Amino acid sequence: MSDETSLNLFQQQEANRRRTVVLVVGFVVFFAWLGFGGDYIYYLFTLGAPRQAYHHTFPWFGLGLSLAAAAIARYAYQTGAQKVLWSAGAREMVDPRSDQERQLVNVVEEMSIAAGTPRPRIWIVDDPDPNAFATGTDPLHSHVAVTQGLLDLCTRDELQGVVAHELGHVKNLDVRLMTMLAALVGAVALMHDGTSRVLRPGSGSSGEGRKPSPLVLILLVVWIVSWILAPIIAQLLAIAVSRKREYLADAMSAQFTRNPLALASALQKIEGADAPTTHIKRGAAHLCIADPLGRRLTSHEGLFADALATHPPMAKRIAILRGMGYAQLKQQGR
Amino acid sequence: MGPLAFLIVLVVVAAWLIAAYNGLVALKNQTLNAFKQIDVQLKRRHDLIPNLVNAVRGAMDFEKSTLEAVIQARNQAVKVNATGPDGIKQISRAENALSSALQRLMVVVEQYPQLRATGNIGQLQEELTSTENKVAFARQLYNDTATQYNTKQQQFPTSLVAGLAKAQPADLWEIEDQGERAVPQVDLSLKPKT
Repeated sequence: MSDETSLNLFQQQEANRRRTVVLVVGFVVFFAWLGFGGDYIYYLFTLGAPRQAYHHTFPWFGLGLSLAAAAIARYAYQTGAQKVLWSAGAREMVDPRSDQERQLVNVVEEMSIAAGTPRPRIWIVDDPDPNAFATGTDPLHSHVAVTQGLLDLCTRDELQGVVAHELGHVKNLDVRLMTMLAALVGAVALMHDGTSRVLRPGSGSSGEGRKPSPLVLILLVVWIVSWILAPIIAQLLAIAVSRKREYLADAMSAQFTRNPLALASALQKIEGADAPTTHIKRGAAHLCIADPLGRRLTSHEGLFADALATHPPMAKRIAILRGMGYAQLKQQGR
Repeated sequence: MGPLAFLIVLVVVAAWLIAAYNGLVALKNQTLNAFKQIDVQLKRRHDLIPNLVNAVRGAMDFEKSTLEAVIQARNQAVKVNATGPDGIKQISRAENALSSALQRLMVVVEQYPQLRATGNIGQLQEELTSTENKVAFARQLYNDTATQYNTKQQQFPTSLVAGLAKAQPADLWEIEDQGERAVPQVDLSLKPKT
């Protein structure tokens, strides 16, 4: 089994590296399309304008937006983890102040030994709902955050299972892709909010009575639709990317702790609490161990849930972990 | 067409040789690193125990023998560790003795609820648990990595390059506890050769 898991690990790491590159390239290309498309439409509009009027011949928008997108992607890679932690309102725990926090530090240290990764930085989110997430770009720059609710609710063994699950994400390099995605989704939402004001109909000065050609109209419609769709596409990406890897991280947690039943019971407690984790916003939902928005979609499997939920059904995850646990107990002859 | 096909086969074989060789070397270094991790954790445990024992000595006057057993096992383990990495078997025996001494101490602490009520003992228990876990997890990582390394160098066709990469089967850490022995990932058929 350990050989199989390690094979999975390398494939997953490679896939995550590749997908992060695809994500960044896609991001830049999308903005280039928005920019150069706008340039072209503006060029066609000003083509028939009088000789002395402005002619849009140089693609300023395209160059500007492409450069901006590249700069944003670079910035997101460098600061994405900090932004995610900031948006969740996490505070870093440098020295533990209570027995509870000391235990968390110990558990994280133990699990990073088991995973063979450097110890991540530890953060606490002051939220009564149990949840946890990991972020960062690679095992050397990684962060694990847990909510106060998780610390209050879970036993030591359960906490170990949850932390091991998060370190599974770190070791897989899931964190790189997911953090990048969270940062870029945030950037798209921000740009969309900022520019939708400019694009609002009626604000342009197109009342010259000159009829644009149908080609220009079609182009314009497609272009505007891409602006509107940008945040939705980003959301769908975030959803598609996170479901399968939860199962893998659960399996890695079982490998690190050798105690799948503890994670199963932790997941049950997290599921039972059910209140939404109010501190964690939509943009970072796909990073969490359990859907922080408390969406009921997560409890079903099927076409609809497959398309819209960020997390696999909890009951199925618990059942798989229990299966592992009972097989292990049987082997030990207890 | 003949020479070209021959060339392609040659390139593929060379690429596989390099990949297999590098894979073995990487695994070997991971195994060595994992072994060093056990060392680090054992040393940490040895450094911690005197402090812990001092912290509870006053409160546990009536269980002197348990404390003394811990100290003795610790000193023995430090001595054996100083002999170097040659005697994995001896080291693991001494460390297992220390583990069981510590476990007895934990059981004793459990038996006296009034001891557990004081914050000091609560912290002691947490530190002991964590120390034991760290040693156990370091061992687990070493055994997992070493098993993977051993399997890789024995499996065909990687076994063909094993000699070239100077790959030798790595000794696994002996586990005394019956419960741990049954863990599926640990292959105990590979006994230490020393």
